[in-house]
Amino acid sequence: MADLTHAIEATGLHRDFGDVRAVKGVTLAVRQGEIYGFLGPNGAGKTTTLRILTTLLLPSSGSARVAGHDVVSDAINVRLKIGTALQDVGLDAKQTGLELLRLQGSLYGLSRRETNRRIEELEHLVDIGDAINRLIGTYSGGMKRRLDLAASLIHAPEALFLDEPTTGLDPISRSRVWEYVRAINKEMGVTIFLTTQYLEEADALAERVGIINHGELEAEGTPAELKRAVGADVIVANVTEPEQARAALGRVKSITQVDAYENELSISTTDGAALVSDVALALNQAGVSVNSLTLRTPTLDDVFLQVTGARLEAGAEAPQRESGQTVLEAAS
Amino acid sequence: MSAAAARPMTNVTAKRAGFFRDVGSLGGRALRSIPRDMETLFPALIIPVFFFAINVGMMQDLIERSPFGGEMPGNVDYKAFQIPVAVLFAVTGLSRANVMVIDIQSGYFDRLALTPMNRVAMLLGFMVADMALAVAMSIPVLILAFVIGVDFATGILGIAALLALTVVWAIVYNGFPYAIALKTGNPAAVNTSFIIFFPVVFLTPLFVPQEAMTGWMATIVQYNPVTYLLRGMRALISEGWALDDILAAAAGIGVVGLITIPLATLALLSRIRRG
Repeated sequence: MADLTHAIEATGLHRDFGDVRAVKGVTLAVRQGEIYGFLGPNGAGKTTTLRILTTLLLPSSGSARVAGHDVVSDAINVRLKIGTALQDVGLDAKQTGLELLRLQGSLYGLSRRETNRRIEELEHLVDIGDAINRLIGTYSGGMKRRLDLAASLIHAPEALFLDEPTTGLDPISRSRVWEYVRAINKEMGVTIFLTTQYLEEADALAERVGIINHGELEAEGTPAELKRAVGADVIVANVTEPEQARAALGRVKSITQVDAYENELSISTTDGAALVSDVALALNQAGVSVNSLTLRTPTLDDVFLQVTGARLEAGAEAPQRESGQTVLEAAS
Repeated sequence: MSAAAARPMTNVTAKRAGFFRDVGSLGGRALRSIPRDMETLFPALIIPVFFFAINVGMMQDLIERSPFGGEMPGNVDYKAFQIPVAVLFAVTGLSRANVMVIDIQSGYFDRLALTPMNRVAMLLGFMVADMALAVAMSIPVLILAFVIGVDFATGILGIAALLALTVVWAIVYNGFPYAIALKTGNPAAVNTSFIIFFPVVFLTPLFVPQEAMTGWMATIVQYNPVTYLLRGMRALISEGWALDDILAAAAGIGVVGLITIPLATLALLSRIRRG
């Protein structure tokens, strides 16, 4: 029997494409009304998982229920209860926004009156304005994304699946989409399952985050919990001899963990301010050339590094420094 | 935005719209796209008129004075003989398959697949537009026929019957481009489906009566279902209600449909298969 407090449940989901296993035993549960961020790099299995949960793909094994319905045996009822905005904004350029929304309402069995009322509400929510009467081919990327969101919401779904909703958008459009996502969740109470490759997005939007890599769910929790698991602080040392540096740091007390990625060492600790001089000293004594030492609070990228051994490459946009971050440029 | 978002939301319940509403909704969408896509339709209007003028100008005297002229339905009216050819040129292969490919490539096809709609409607919706297009494209040719003095032996009802054969033929033939569109999702592949047009339409008594043909051509023409479609259409114009010919035309369409419709259906099933 399905757990009614969970809008989305997956148990041991596997999906193979020929010899390639794209999703490996993903088990997760998303509470009703929650925003769940599914974070991982390109090719991690995010979209495949989402396509299974939204009935576009069958799992090779395992099971999943969405809004209380099995995604394999009861796909129609799942489709009635969910809205989905896929990564490629799927819109018909030769229709106007209004025509597209009306068609969408019609396919969900809504009357013309119901559809028009929903359009009126969503028009305000996603801020399409007069452009709703223009051909979609004339829309900007941000407008298309917002119309896509509106189309996903026309039938008042219980759960909304967003596949990388801000990929390819400029920072302003991205932050507007974040606002809409929050509003959809708060004002309409819609459960949101959001895949993203952007750390800031998962951090800013999601109540809980699942980190997926190579098809496996590597870690799960609230952003705060996940970061706490890394430590209270992270000292990032960019060095020229990472192995030598790692050995030297092994002798420094109070270090919780050291993760290495190329020339960068992430040193987790409970009190970074107290430890940063010890780290600098240990590296200096070991003859390691230090390019920079940075003290900051942990980010989801640190979590990702700790659980996967790699940085989330796609997150390599302009890094946003957190408050209280200190950067020490090495003199030598 | 937040003030707007705080407005009370209409409580709606999503449900399956039903097969006919799904087909109607998608058909309406496909129809709306036609006038926004006129540039693709001009060749379909010009080509049949061009070929009609060329064929009549080149062959009329030759055929009407030949020993086979007397074998022709209606006894030697080459313009009437060519009208069904012009109609076939106007409608054969004129489909919205290119729009379907764009849907597949843009992700709109997936958006439709995420709705609870009937899957067959995804194909039939386009075919509704094809039906309208077939009628719309046939009408200028028929007007041309009246302008140049071609009489319909079967009157208004015969015109309706000819249009019915034309529309069903257009739908049946379009199974080819839709099958290719659904199978490949590739616009270039859909364009190559035009190659099928040549053997299907040209290996028929297109320019001369079947009786005038000899050798391998006569054999192929005899087994080409479109031969019988042409004969039925010509009968409606020149002979009257020749039921044998009209039924043979319907059977010819049916034979082609036995190939194209399952092909398109299988391609659709393959495209929407979740496995």
